[in-house]
Amino acid sequence: MKNQTTQQTAKSLPLAALLLIALPAVAWAHVSTGEIGGILNGLKHPVTGFDHVLAMVAVGLWGAQLGAPAIWLLPVTFPVVMAFGGMLGLMGINLPGIEVCIAISAVALGFMVLSEARPNLWAAAFLVGFFAIFHGHAHGTELPQGANALLYSIGFVIATGLLHATGIAIGLVHRWPAGRLTLRAIGGLVSIAGLAFLWQALV
Amino acid sequence: MRKHFQIAYPIKRATRKFNVPHFRPRDFRPGFNQRFRVLFFQLAVVLLVLSGLPVPAYAHLTNTGFGPFYDGLAHLFLSPADLMHVIALALLAGLRGPYCGRVILFVLPPAWLAGIFFGFLLAAQATIPMAATALITFTLGVLVAVNRPFPPAVVGGIVVIVGLFDGARNGIDLSHVASNFLVTAGIVCALFIFVSLFTGQVTKIRAFWAQVSVRVAGSWIAAAGLFMLGWAARGIN
Repeated sequence: MKNQTTQQTAKSLPLAALLLIALPAVAWAHVSTGEIGGILNGLKHPVTGFDHVLAMVAVGLWGAQLGAPAIWLLPVTFPVVMAFGGMLGLMGINLPGIEVCIAISAVALGFMVLSEARPNLWAAAFLVGFFAIFHGHAHGTELPQGANALLYSIGFVIATGLLHATGIAIGLVHRWPAGRLTLRAIGGLVSIAGLAFLWQALV
Repeated sequence: MRKHFQIAYPIKRATRKFNVPHFRPRDFRPGFNQRFRVLFFQLAVVLLVLSGLPVPAYAHLTNTGFGPFYDGLAHLFLSPADLMHVIALALLAGLRGPYCGRVILFVLPPAWLAGIFFGFLLAAQATIPMAATALITFTLGVLVAVNRPFPPAVVGGIVVIVGLFDGARNGIDLSHVASNFLVTAGIVCALFIFVSLFTGQVTKIRAFWAQVSVRVAGSWIAAAGLFMLGWAARGIN
């Protein structure tokens, strides 16, 4: 009886969700400003640039490949150093070749996954941190007009962390022999996509 | 199925023999995992659809409409800088165990209250720069991320400093509000409730991966603090 009730409840949930879509929506004139605008724009920003997404997911993939403690050290290094890069940008300190370095980051991190490179932990953290400065500098400074700066920053950091977590989740296939090959293939694809972005940045 | 009966039958027999309530762990129920997976999937679909619903923009987030006490209760949860500091302090104290958890529970609300009254006194002259808030956010994030074995006195000292600082910031903001004593009472009650619930949960953490997650959260707070420093340097609040 209990099982039947649970099954019925489970079946009715998607129906209820679909009905919610049909609810009349009020036209809100200012959805992208203030607190809501700040956090939504911050969450959205890192996922709107595919070159950034590739590099951030690749950090997670490489961390999963390297195992503990790199699996959490690399995704901690990236957002913190990225925020430092963002701070440099906000303070008006310019860096040369930002777009090129972002594309190179995808190529390099993809290559690390492809070759299953196992450098010293600090060397890996340094490499990830170096590229993170350029990612932060490029995207951390673009606060939309009227949005809350603090919530934008929080949203930006959370989205970046979640992209790393996605990479780690994908990278967990590393425990199986076929997964290992798949992971290296994904690294190769990231590198190729990074080369395409590099070409775009140079031409 | 066979395995289920092999495990469950001796348990049933033993419980009948000693006349105790029949104990049947959830995992022994056939099909439990399957039902859980289906329910989880359905919930995920609902959440996905809900996330697509239109979100209204509220211009005055602190005005709950229930009066000043409830405005005060809501104030903590609608002030991102305050909330982030409290979360960071709760994580810092929770990682150090139950004793530090009790320290923050009974030290932070009084320190915050003292800070608010201090802010009331300063209101006419003072403004607190965003850079100071950002620096505290960054420092607290780093302290959580490094997870050093600070003694309870040090944790207590940090809690007092941050409580006084954020309380003073609240006091300066609230000095022009009518019924600000009721708002203050609401803020302090919200602090006590939030800290007791949140720190309690962090204190219970034993699994290594969960402790790492707390430290990662600390690094994210530090990163947000760095960004805030940048915004402060640019003069944006």
